[in-house]
Amino acid sequence: MIVQRLAGRLGISEIAFIAAVAGLAVLVPLANLTMPEGSLLHVSNATVVLFGKWMCYALLALSLDLVWGYCGILSLGHGAFFALGGYAMGMYLMRTIGTRGVYGNAILPDFMVFLNWKELPYTWYFFDWFGYSALMAMLVPGALAFVLGWFAFRSRVTGVYLSIITQAVTYALQLAFFRNDMGFGGNNGLTDFKDILGFQVQAQTTRATLFALSALALLGGFAAAKAIVSSKLGLVLIAIRDAETRTRFIGYRVEHYKLFVFVVSAVMAGIAGALYVPQVGIINPSEFSPANSIEAVIWVAVGGRGTLIGAALGAVLVNAAKTWLTAAIPTVWLFALGALFILVTLFLPRGIVGTFGSKLFGHRWSK
Amino acid sequence: MNGPKTTEALLYLDGVSVSFDGFKALNQLALLIAPGEMRAIVGPNGAGKTTMMDVITGKTRPDTGDVLFDGGQHDLTRLDEATIAELGIGRKFQKPTVFESHTVEDNLRLALKAPRSVFPTLTARRTAEEKARLDELFATVKLGSQRNTQAGGLSHGQKQWLEIGMLLAQDPALLLVDEPVAGMTDAETFETAELLKRINRTHSVVVVEHDMAFVRELGVKVTVLHEGSVLAEGTIDQVSADQRVVEVYLGR
Repeated sequence: MIVQRLAGRLGISEIAFIAAVAGLAVLVPLANLTMPEGSLLHVSNATVVLFGKWMCYALLALSLDLVWGYCGILSLGHGAFFALGGYAMGMYLMRTIGTRGVYGNAILPDFMVFLNWKELPYTWYFFDWFGYSALMAMLVPGALAFVLGWFAFRSRVTGVYLSIITQAVTYALQLAFFRNDMGFGGNNGLTDFKDILGFQVQAQTTRATLFALSALALLGGFAAAKAIVSSKLGLVLIAIRDAETRTRFIGYRVEHYKLFVFVVSAVMAGIAGALYVPQVGIINPSEFSPANSIEAVIWVAVGGRGTLIGAALGAVLVNAAKTWLTAAIPTVWLFALGALFILVTLFLPRGIVGTFGSKLFGHRWSK
Repeated sequence: MNGPKTTEALLYLDGVSVSFDGFKALNQLALLIAPGEMRAIVGPNGAGKTTMMDVITGKTRPDTGDVLFDGGQHDLTRLDEATIAELGIGRKFQKPTVFESHTVEDNLRLALKAPRSVFPTLTARRTAEEKARLDELFATVKLGSQRNTQAGGLSHGQKQWLEIGMLLAQDPALLLVDEPVAGMTDAETFETAELLKRINRTHSVVVVEHDMAFVRELGVKVTVLHEGSVLAEGTIDQVSADQRVVEVYLGR
């Protein structure tokens, strides 16, 4: 029923997007696992990991577009939700190392042994169980978004003030996670992972599977976001974005709507982070860096906010450019990123999909 | 509030004062609107008309005074905007504010009387009943041909009408209408007066307006505000003859 309701509302560009991501989810692992190395059709292991990262970034961008593009909440701290999801997964991966660590301690991860800790902090309880860790990867970002949103939206903090608060939260978390006594590995973070659900993290098949799962998560996130924005609640979100006071006088409790979409978005970002960590093999406090959150905003702006698929596309395009530029002329990347943001703001204020989508694919902007 | 006040009035304001940085926007304002009544409120700029609307709709908290709704059942000074809207007070702003990137129909759909909380809204579906209500509204505000136009593309007068339509869609007991004919042509002004009279058959209405010809056209009881309190009240002919009213407002 839900699928039917959704299907009727998809534009051509959105169907193309679903087909492309689903196609990648199948073809990339196939090309990586079955084609011989040296074949034209072979996709290298490094490329699989790179594409997997992009899928996670695309999901993060999608979650940001849901709050920024549709409800006008410019979060400059969405990286925090991504990183928290990543830490939850990282903690599971640390606990499954067990006696294979450098110090061979069955319970304590290496960094705790190194710090002379005698017992496991209560924050690490149950993280040896995958189901609990996966739940935490969603619950912790969701809970942070709930508390933050509860206070901010109830006090009617909006616009640039809200952006500054979200930025401050991610920076504060970065500083907190840097500290060794927080118990999350401090500066070095969590790394040296061995296996996930019994499969070796570095194994080719595991990586191919993680890539496919990331692509599926992106599709799932897209379906959820699309269902939300094309419901009547989606109309209310855009109404809040365009005329918040008016929405309130019609009788909608604006703060509840903002809270709902902010929490949903944070959970999506958490899932993206949880899928990201086993693929890159490390999570450390730099993931909380304000610059990361700002970069995510740029992906969405480039792709086109309020379009969902634009956000995902923007994430992939900007990261592809980053991969290429940081290899070719590393010193130029940050300047290029800044210039890109300025140019997009000046000449493509509605982003790639927002500007060209309606002409090329009949995509209806913000509908 | 010391227990419920007994009043027959739909809207009851007494001793309401609001000051901003020492400036008294409302000064011991008293106003009674009977159920089913249409009232016109006039007054020079700064008389407190918009502040009065803000107090009634919960946007501004009064420093002192009682603001009661529906026979004294609800103390509006303790409720927020959304609650007051749900109780049945709808407001049209001075500057027409519609949701510009939504179609005309979606604007009305959002305003339609329906559960306002998050989850019922998420799962809401279009029903035949909803469509019938929308058709009725389109007939009233005469925007049927613009149904799928983005509201941002409407003319100024059409936006005013859409906003009145959104008010009606909420089906409030009391409509507060702030300067509905500002920027309208004479023909549109006349039609708006007719529309408000039609609406008044089933709703109570408070109209704030500068345009005296329009107020005369409405033919209802007039309250003149000046410096945050009531200066005179009566028919348009009575208040136009009042010497103090002439001094502060009409004579200038």
